[in-house]
Amino acid sequence: MKLRSKHLLGLEVMTKEEINLILDTAESFKEILERPIRIVPTLRGVTVVNLFYEPSTRTRISFELAERRLSAEVISFSANTSSVKKGETLKDTVQNIEAMKIDMVVVRHQCSGVPYFLTQCLDASIINAGDGAHEHPTQALLDLFTIREKHKKIKGLKVVIVGDVKYSRVARSDIWGFSAMGAKVAVCGPTTLMPYEIEKMGIEVYDDVDEALEGADVVNVLRIQLERQEGGLLPSLREYTNKFGINIERLKKLNENFTIMHPGPINRGVEITPEVADGPYSVILNQVTNGVAVRMAVLYLLSGGEGKVE
Amino acid sequence: MEGREKLNKSKKRKELAKQSQEFDLAILGGKVIDPESRLDRIADIFVQDGLIKKISPKSVREKSTTKIEAKEAINAKGKIVVPGLIDMHVHLREPGREDEETIYTGSCAAVAGGFTSVCCMPNTEPPIDNQEGVKFVNDKAKEAKCKIFCVGAVTKGQKGEELTEIFDLVQAGVVAISDDGKPVSNSQVMRNALEYCRMFKLPVISHCEDLSLSSGGVMHEGLVSTTLGMNGIPSIAEEIMVARDIKLAEFTHGRVHVAHVSTQGSVNLIREAKRRGIRITCEATPHHFTLTHDAVKTFDTNTKVNPPLRTQKDVEAIKRGLKDGTIDCIATDHAPHSVEEKEVEFDFAPFGMVGLETALGLVVTNLINKRILSWTQAIAKLTVNPSRVLNLKGGRIKRDFPADLTVIDPKASWVVDPSKFKSKSKNSPFGGKRLWGKVCYTIVDGKIVHSM
Repeated sequence: MKLRSKHLLGLEVMTKEEINLILDTAESFKEILERPIRIVPTLRGVTVVNLFYEPSTRTRISFELAERRLSAEVISFSANTSSVKKGETLKDTVQNIEAMKIDMVVVRHQCSGVPYFLTQCLDASIINAGDGAHEHPTQALLDLFTIREKHKKIKGLKVVIVGDVKYSRVARSDIWGFSAMGAKVAVCGPTTLMPYEIEKMGIEVYDDVDEALEGADVVNVLRIQLERQEGGLLPSLREYTNKFGINIERLKKLNENFTIMHPGPINRGVEITPEVADGPYSVILNQVTNGVAVRMAVLYLLSGGEGKVE
Repeated sequence: MEGREKLNKSKKRKELAKQSQEFDLAILGGKVIDPESRLDRIADIFVQDGLIKKISPKSVREKSTTKIEAKEAINAKGKIVVPGLIDMHVHLREPGREDEETIYTGSCAAVAGGFTSVCCMPNTEPPIDNQEGVKFVNDKAKEAKCKIFCVGAVTKGQKGEELTEIFDLVQAGVVAISDDGKPVSNSQVMRNALEYCRMFKLPVISHCEDLSLSSGGVMHEGLVSTTLGMNGIPSIAEEIMVARDIKLAEFTHGRVHVAHVSTQGSVNLIREAKRRGIRITCEATPHHFTLTHDAVKTFDTNTKVNPPLRTQKDVEAIKRGLKDGTIDCIATDHAPHSVEEKEVEFDFAPFGMVGLETALGLVVTNLINKRILSWTQAIAKLTVNPSRVLNLKGGRIKRDFPADLTVIDPKASWVVDPSKFKSKSKNSPFGGKRLWGKVCYTIVDGKIVHSM
């Protein structure tokens, strides 16, 4: 089996079969990563550009590692060191990069739709590493991978996404991904941080975190940004912590064998207490480890690979 | 007595002589629709010295026996002849952004779209906020292919603070005032404008947008903005200002014309206000009765307009408003933008799409052919209604009135190709779409300025 598109723009358009293919492939790569020599020649001769218009540590390092472990040629580009500051448009920048003969572009941008825009002006494969508040498909894929690894299934689980859903691309990709895989998805957060008509996405919406956590198997805790307070959407972070912060007490509502996720970076003591973040049910660091394997799978499959990895 | 009879006889002879005289232009055998006089039948129209001189209806059986001749004749058999279309809301970008459009290129686009008159908004660089600005436009308009009417700014520099010298603007010939592109946010300033304009019977065209609610938004706030993760412009940003302006119109007895109505709530508010006898008029654009926010899913920056494309429910409400007369006019909000400006991230692209060359096609395809409006109703919203709002002379097929006429082939279809637009800008989301209703001739003051 192959993926239908040579791009990974988002999970909204992905089928369950495609997601399973990526997760299965990622399993093979995870095995490779546990070997003494962790490099495979799969993408030898393939040039990948990491185009980061927004600061990122985790995603960027994870992609770079994945690319290098597949033996790809890697070029990294970040907006603050480039000619973007000289007023060059996105289209010009990207066309210049492509003129240097590249095969794949991993792009992170603060505006929704930029990866799609790139597919219109480039021949290369485009991988969305996060666009505005739209999608962050590889994050959701690694969330799915991590949950499947621990729970041995995704179907039927109740997954609650807590926090700043309005500005979260992770939330949207998780909603599409977990829904496609048959999980029951709910979101919970302050009413001012819920995007308009989100209930029409076919999910449950809560403004009471204790109610939302009732009978849940997975809690994905989103990062809360200080800007939300400045923008008037939250009176204070303190109030957020009191009403929505995930602490030991609140975990009692959850099902047995529950899991706590966080896409990082964590604001300890704001959206999640340190005890919870470091608890045995937390898979936050597994998510980071799995991120590399999942991204290797995505790169491999988009470059034309078919399922099995030797 | 005898003397007077003689005089009458000689007058009659002279008239007869006049009749046998050649006309400049004849438009023969077309179905003539004039919404004001409710004329809707096959007729010949004769034009002399830029004026309509004769309208001779024909019965179907009647053989062509008229001996009247003309220097030039248009065979309009099978075609529809209507008053020259009037677009009361366009942006011609001159002065300031001549790379996007000029008054001349805008007028070429207008006549290609069947418009014989357009009203240009004052949000140029600098804005048209004084007599000099109006004179500049009027001067450029002399070279234009259609009639250009100027809308002046409400406030100096369109800053929303101090009123412009409105009497001066009126003397220079403005037909309305507006800060279009921006709202007049301060209610006291809007009140003053409405009260002051009563002296000149001048309408104030209001761009209804509560900036505190719309700020940062790039598309309609709804399910699509939620899934795309884009900042939304809620319906209430428009409706709150529509409600305010209705109250102000009621209180001041001034004349508010609401530009580009886009939401169900706005249509309902205006319908209710009209029922209560408040003097308020409004317009809707072809894109707001054609497209929904679903169009934004392609991230095509040509779908980025202000007010934004709304939901199907809003589109239906606009169609109902057009049908029941709540919405008086159809105007394009023709907003040219350069390719460079539009070929960027959706968030960074400017708002607006061109509309002059697709308006009639969208009206025929989506309103007339779908039986939402009759030809007479639709043409009224493109001719006599805007003419009444702005106190113009055009928009009518009437003896001794300017011969501004549009000849339309209602059955012909065509595919929109923005690269062929006469407009300098090509920012249309309708490329590749098949539309019905083709402009065959556009006639301004008796002169054919466009023909297919």
